[in-house]
Amino acid sequence: MLAKIHVTLKNGVLDSQGKAVHHALNDLGYSEVQDVHLGKYMEIALKGISEKEAQTRVKEMCEKLLANTVIESYRFTLEPAE
Amino acid sequence: MKCGIVVFPGSNCDHDCYHILKHILQLDTHWIWHKDEALNSFDFIVLPGGFSYGDYLRPGAIARFSPIMKSVIAYANQGGRVLGICNGFQILVESGLLPGVLMDNAGQRFICKDLTLRVENNDTPFTALCEPGTVLKIPINHGQGRYFTDDDTLKRLQDNGQIVFRYCDTEGNTSDEANPNGSLDHIAGVVNATKNVMGMMPHPERCADPLWPNVDGQMIFKSLIESSLAHS
Repeated sequence: MLAKIHVTLKNGVLDSQGKAVHHALNDLGYSEVQDVHLGKYMEIALKGISEKEAQTRVKEMCEKLLANTVIESYRFTLEPAE
Repeated sequence: MKCGIVVFPGSNCDHDCYHILKHILQLDTHWIWHKDEALNSFDFIVLPGGFSYGDYLRPGAIARFSPIMKSVIAYANQGGRVLGICNGFQILVESGLLPGVLMDNAGQRFICKDLTLRVENNDTPFTALCEPGTVLKIPINHGQGRYFTDDDTLKRLQDNGQIVFRYCDTEGNTSDEANPNGSLDHIAGVVNATKNVMGMMPHPERCADPLWPNVDGQMIFKSLIESSLAHS
């Protein structure tokens, strides 16, 4: 099974990288760009557990290590391994 | 007086701290390897600056789960004094020993320079020898030093005197210009509620050897020594 995890800054937390990319896109002429949020994308390969267990354990991984929940939120999907 | 410096893979200010504590301040100074699990009886310990585990994921996020950190957390919870400098501060917030987080500098740049900070609270073991309002000149050297926390926590820090240092100009006035990284409320250092754990982004160990004209950093180490003597 493959867990695909996105970690991004929570709303209201200044995303200075997103802001810089936003300005750069506007400077390139993409005036339609209204907002940019940068985050992290992780893929975690899992073996020997059910999808139900994976839901609980990946959530735990996010809470414990992968995201700092003071400023970041996370979401993930579970897919069969390719 | 016995103190210890925790060495993580990627710590790079550990030798500077060791030099100041051992050779300048003449303390019985020990290395503590990150894989050790037990902590001997120390008067205080230092988590030094650097890039533990390459700052992968987030600064301090992986170091926080080093074997030694369990003992450091237990030591702190029993009232042991812990000073975290720069990456050490980042490890302390990740471990939950201090509130808040340290985010990318607002200007997106790594900053290495001398600057000034104001002592906001001298009723801590780390600042006992400073007068309130004293302006210390201590360098910073970080890419992720923007202190941030939610409003409730900030209010609590303000009300409890947990903000120990604020970035300021040479006259001691805070302003956006004097704030190098966009830290909330100009915060450069905080203590926990019981005031035995402090984290600061500036590097006192870099201005504590009298070979260098500026020894303002000594105030922090000497305060720690003084309060440890009073305590023992």
